[in-house]
Formats: sequence, structure tokens, C-alpha cells
Amino acid sequence: MTARLEIDEATVTYRQPGRRSLTAVDHVSLSLEAGEVLGLVGESGCGKSTLARAVCGLEPLASGTIRFDGEPVGKLGLRPRESRQRRIQMVFQNPYASLNPRRRIGAQIEDARAVAGRDAAPVERLLEQVGLEPAVARRYPYEFSGGQRQRIAIARAMAAAPEVLIGDEPIASLDASLQARIASLMRDVALEQGASLLFISHDLSVVRVIADRIAVMQAGRIVEEGPTDRVWSDPRHPYTRRLLAAIPIADGLGRLPAEA
Amino acid sequence: MSGLRIEDLRLTIGRSEVLKGISLDAPGGVITGLAGESGSGKTMTGLAVIGLQPAGSRVSGTIAFDDGDAGVPNLLDLSPRAMNRLRGRRIAMVFQDPTASLQPMLSIGTQLTDHVRHHLHLDKRAAAARAIELLERVRVPDPENAVRRYPHQFSGGQLQRIAIAIAIACDPAVLIADEPTTALDVTVQAGILRLLRELTDDLGLAVLLVTHDLGVMSAVADTVAVMRFGEVVEHGSRYQVIREPRTEYAKELIAALPHTPAPGAGVDDEEAR
Amino acid sequence: MTAAAIAPPRRRMRLPATWRRPLALVGAAVIVIWVLISVLAPVLPLQDPLHQSSAVLTPPSAGHLLGTDELGRDVLSRTLWGAQVSLPLAVVLVLASLVIGSVLGAVAGYIGGIVDEVIMRIADLVFAFPTIILAMVVAAALGPSLTNAVIALTFVNWPNYARVMRALVLGARGQEYVIAGRLLGSGPFTSLRRDVLPNVASPMLVLATLDFGNQILLLSGLSFLGLGAVPPTPEWGSMVGAGVQQFSSWWLATFPGLAIFSVVVGFNFLGDALRDALDPRTAGAVQGTTV
Repeated sequence: MTARLEIDEATVTYRQPGRRSLTAVDHVSLSLEAGEVLGLVGESGCGKSTLARAVCGLEPLASGTIRFDGEPVGKLGLRPRESRQRRIQMVFQNPYASLNPRRRIGAQIEDARAVAGRDAAPVERLLEQVGLEPAVARRYPYEFSGGQRQRIAIARAMAAAPEVLIGDEPIASLDASLQARIASLMRDVALEQGASLLFISHDLSVVRVIADRIAVMQAGRIVEEGPTDRVWSDPRHPYTRRLLAAIPIADGLGRLPAEA
Repeated sequence: MSGLRIEDLRLTIGRSEVLKGISLDAPGGVITGLAGESGSGKTMTGLAVIGLQPAGSRVSGTIAFDDGDAGVPNLLDLSPRAMNRLRGRRIAMVFQDPTASLQPMLSIGTQLTDHVRHHLHLDKRAAAARAIELLERVRVPDPENAVRRYPHQFSGGQLQRIAIAIAIACDPAVLIADEPTTALDVTVQAGILRLLRELTDDLGLAVLLVTHDLGVMSAVADTVAVMRFGEVVEHGSRYQVIREPRTEYAKELIAALPHTPAPGAGVDDEEAR
Repeated sequence: MTAAAIAPPRRRMRLPATWRRPLALVGAAVIVIWVLISVLAPVLPLQDPLHQSSAVLTPPSAGHLLGTDELGRDVLSRTLWGAQVSLPLAVVLVLASLVIGSVLGAVAGYIGGIVDEVIMRIADLVFAFPTIILAMVVAAALGPSLTNAVIALTFVNWPNYARVMRALVLGARGQEYVIAGRLLGSGPFTSLRRDVLPNVASPMLVLATLDFGNQILLLSGLSFLGLGAVPPTPEWGSMVGAGVQQFSSWWLATFPGLAIFSVVVGFNFLGDALRDALDPRTAGAVQGTTV
């Protein structure tokens, strides 16, 4: 079986005025099977968000390819996105910026349903799936908290019946008590619809809960990749070990995490 | 013993009661954690202690500040001038975003020494020496050069160390740290937490640590107060609150965390270091 | 920009707060009165503004409340009728500048690249000359008439709107909800119409309101210089222009001048109030925009 999403030696570089160009994503190869949850973990500036944007066609590749169902993903220019590629959808980091403040929730979900065409689930069903009342559709984004908005953003992304769902730090700006819940919700709704999930986060402890596989990114490169349990219990790359050791565990024991 | 004793602290903004009678002890040499979700009032408690509550808010209750000398004034009764003298000198604060709390146009040395000279009446040379000593204290590499550099030339973690150096420049008795590691990567966070612990122990600081992260809480806080809707719903030792929470809300908060066994089970901490 | 972009949708219930500001009320009242005057001028008990009589340059009196001009025409009548000339022209002028400037600015900001360069360099070129001088040159080239004055002023005015619009669109186009729309397949037109423009409309509206006063002044200025209204049209600027030549007859320039002044001040008060009302930072509590 071929992978649903195939990232092959993808490289993204930024030109910086007056300085050397910056390689944000450096020959990254990853694949995502149907119905699989891949956690992409790394610290700020490691290139994980740039990679997510490249998968959506929002960043041009300097070299390498990204294939969705065998078809290369092109750079999204001014033209409307190719209809096949609309089956890659994204949930963004900032729940306060990812919904249009001037449109009703229902209208925004309807836009996404138009992408799914005949596969579109009813709005009530989509909202119910993320734990919201159908009446939400008639309201505006400002009436909701960050966690609720993120649920709405997930419902909107799922309305397009995506085959690949990407979460770009979707829990980073939420209260700690919500993070694991929203992450699990994303896994559940994606798998229920048969979509694959690429979940990007700096928080290994949350990713561990929902991902089947984990890829660890550092300075634009994937330094380690493997099944979640293996990476968690037997990290092989020194960076992964450092990352794991630095996580403060809520065990009440007062253990200081290891310093980098 | 020096430190803070907060009793029945109430804070009202307009018609909404943001703090509904907080009582809390924060003795010296102890990190007192304030946990809770956004809007629980944990940040407002910290701001009230340092007298930076939003304009137009009404505060009542007691914040008794024991500075080791004879009197134990209620900070809420102090004149704005008296409070200004304490603020930054005896009671200092560290914020979430170090880039926003440092002046971008001034060198690190200037920001450190100006502060010190103003409060401690040091001459220029003594102040410069103190600046370097402070940077050494918070383990900013190459302090002699660092004093000449500007904020944008440092990483977020280094900036937070510098912000802490500024905060402890006058040997404060109380340090309020509001989400000091939230904007940082975990590997950087670990270093800042160690530093915070070390300074608390060495300087006998009374630290009020505001964070939503129970992992951070568990790593450095000695006692933990869980806040919700402007009230302290549970206050106890770190171990008790995290391992044996008594209230429903604290139980829920703990349960919502990703269930995490120690990572790298095959690797012990020494090896990972 | 971010704050404006994530402003909640305006509700009607927010507007009353605007009217509670006294200056806004004064501004609105002045504008309403002038609009009423311009509409009702034909039915008001006024003398014919074009009627010439032998009673030239009479000071204000019972017969002519604001006196008469050098051709014996009633100044009160001409000042009030003048609203019918100046106000609609200012509306056309501001709307034309708003539409042309917004479209060009939005296109420049959204598409970027060479299109942006071309549009904004043309705008810079217009900016490079003093407004009134350039307007004079254009108006003189087109020949003196009110229509040409409006065209000339639109030509020098649209870059103001284009520049602001471009900046707003640049800020909004990187917002996550705009990107989300693109990922769902919106083309540039849909993206602008659905996601970008509704979120940048309020500052443009405020800009236009504040611009009204300016444009009335400029229009009057051109007429004053003989490049706008052609005699005997009762236009405020040309009345002031003719009035200052009759130095001893103070009423000729004073009353149309006061008319210009009141309209300009009225629009400015209204614009300021509108800006405060539409700006989430000054409109009071905005729910849910704090993290």
C-alpha cells in the first residue's frame, strides 16, 4: 500500500535580506498512512510549522517533493486550491485568529462542507462530534472561549471531509486542563472519518497520548522517528533523550527536570 | 521569618469580584505555587501583592509583608510612595514574556546597573561589578561581554535569566513569577526552574509562582494553591495536592493531564543529562 | 491591525453608546440639519438665490437677514442653497475616492509583487505633490467646472485610501482564518469578499467620514480659486472667494465660511465618535479576545 501522504527529501529555505538563506526544513522525509496519527515534535524554530505549511502548499519547496495520494502538492498561489488537495485541512494554533470574526459559525462550516460535496456531513452532526450544541451554528466566534473555538475549528476542518488533517500546535494556546482533551478529540474525529492526522506540537507528553508514531524534529531535520512507545521508552537520539528528560512530570515529588 | 501572609484578599473590578477572599501564606525560602485555569485569579493575586492591580479596581483584606524588621505592614495600607519604594527593591516580579519586560534600546548592563544604582546608591564602578556578578549568579554565559549587548542578541531563555537577574538585583524578600517559563521550550524551561529553586534556597526568597502547568508546579513548588473563580479551593503541600487532591476540582485538573509515566523509562535521569 | 481583525461583529446595540457622546451628537445634529436644508431648500421661504436686485451690498437687516452681495442677491438664500451644491459633490467625491482607493489598495495588498509595486508607485507619485497644487493643475487642465473639480480631487485623493487599505489587507491576509479560507479553495475574489474586506471595513469607514470635511474644504478651495463652481452657482467656496474681494462687506465671506466650518467640524466629530465606536480597544469590553 502506498502512503497517503509522502514527504520525500523536502527542503524549505527562506531568503533573509543581507544574510545567508535559512533552511527551515532540511531534507525531511516522512510518510503518513491512511488512518494513522503521526506526532511531529520539536521546539520553537525547529521547522515543524513550516513543514505543515508546506504540506498545505503554503510554502514553496526548494527541493524534494510532497505527494498526496501520489499527486505532488503544488505551491498555493493566487488561484483557488486544486480541488483534490482541499482534502488536506489544517487546524491552526491560535483559536482567536482562526475563525472569521464577522461570520456566523454555521456559515463558516458551510464553506467547508461545499468542499466535501456529497460526502458532507450535516452541520449538526459535525458540531455534535466536537461536543457542541447545534445552536452554536447561529452564533459568532467572539461568543466562545478558546477551547470552544478550537472545537469549532476542528468541526470546520472535518466538514471538508479531509483525508489528511493537520494540527499545527492546536493545543499550545489552550489551558492545560484542556490540552489533552482537545488533542484526543482531534484523534477521535479524524480516525472516525478515516482521515490521517499529522499532529504538530512542542509537547511530547500530549503527543504521546494520541500518536501512533512520533517524529522528532531539530533544526530542520528529523532526528528520530518510530512507534510512540518505543520513542518514549527507548529514545535513541540524544536530542530526544534531552527533550524527554526536560519534561516536568506532575508526580508531586519535586523532581527538577534535567537541564539541557 | 520573612515572607507574605495574605488574608481575605478581595479585588473588585467594576461589578465583578475577581478575587473573593484569598488567604495564603508565602514564607521565605519557599516556592508557593498558584495553579488554576485562565480567569481563575492567579495572576491578579500576584499583581495585587506588588500593587499593580488594574486601575479602578478596589482591593481589601490584608497582605502582611514581614521583611525581617520590626513592623509587619499591610501592603494594602501603604501610601503609593511607600509601595513604590518596596516595589522592585523588596518585592520583585518576573513576567511570562522576557522580550516584553526588557527595554530593547538599552544594553543589558544599563538595565541592570541603573536599577541597582537607583535603589542601592552605588557608584558607577560598583554598579558595573554588581551587574556582572548578577549575570554570573543567573548563569548567563560570558557576563563581561553580555553587559554590553542588547536584548535582541539573546535567546528567550537567556532573556528570562536576565529578567530574573534584574529582579534579584536588590536582594528582594519576595519574588512574584508569573508564568515565567510558559513562553520557553521545555529544555530551556528546565534550566530556569533549576535557577528559580536555587535562588529561593540560597537567598531565602518568598516566591509566588503563578503557573497553569502542574508539571512545573510539581517540579519546583513546595506548596500548591489551586485557584478557581477567584477563590483558593485547595492549598497544601505539593505532594498532597497533586497526589492526593481532596477537592473535586483539583482532582479534575489532575485527571485532565495526559497520563504520564516517567518518560524514557529505560533511561534514568543521570544518563539523559 | 490584529486587534481590528479579530474584532467581534458589530451589533446594533452598540451604537447607542456612540450617541451618548455629546460631541458625536453635536456632529450628527449639524450634519442632519445641513442635509435637511439641502433637501428642503426649494420649499423653504427663501428668496431666489440667483435673483439680482438693486439693493447691492446691504448689510444684514430685516429684509435680508444676512445681507446681500455685490449683485444684490440674498446671502442667506445663497448660503443655504449652497448646501445643495457642496454636500452631494462631497459625497460623490469621497465615495469615488473610497471605492477607487480601496479597490486598488486591496488588489495591491492581496496580490503583492509587481502589481503592488506599480499601484503604490503611482500613488507615491500623486503623494509627491502638494494636494491643492496638483488638484489645481488637473482642474485647470480639464477646465473650470464643479464636475472637473470633483474629478481632479478624486485623482489626488484616492491614494490616501489605497495606502490605508493596502496596509489593512496586508495585515489581514496572513490571519489564520484567511488562510483557512484559502485551504478550502477560495480564490482571491472570494477570499477578499468573504474573509478580508468585512474585517477591514470599519477603519475605512472612519477614514471616509473624517475625510468629508477635508474634501468640502478642498472643493471650496478650488472654487475660491476659480477652478470649481462657475458663477452664478451658489457654492460656498466661490462665495467666500468673491466675498474677500469686498473687504468692507464682512458678511459676504463670513456666512458661507461659517457654513463650511460647521460642516467640517460636524463630520470630524462624527468621524472621531465612529472611530471610537468601531475600535474594539475603545469600544469597551470585547469578550473573548484575551487569551
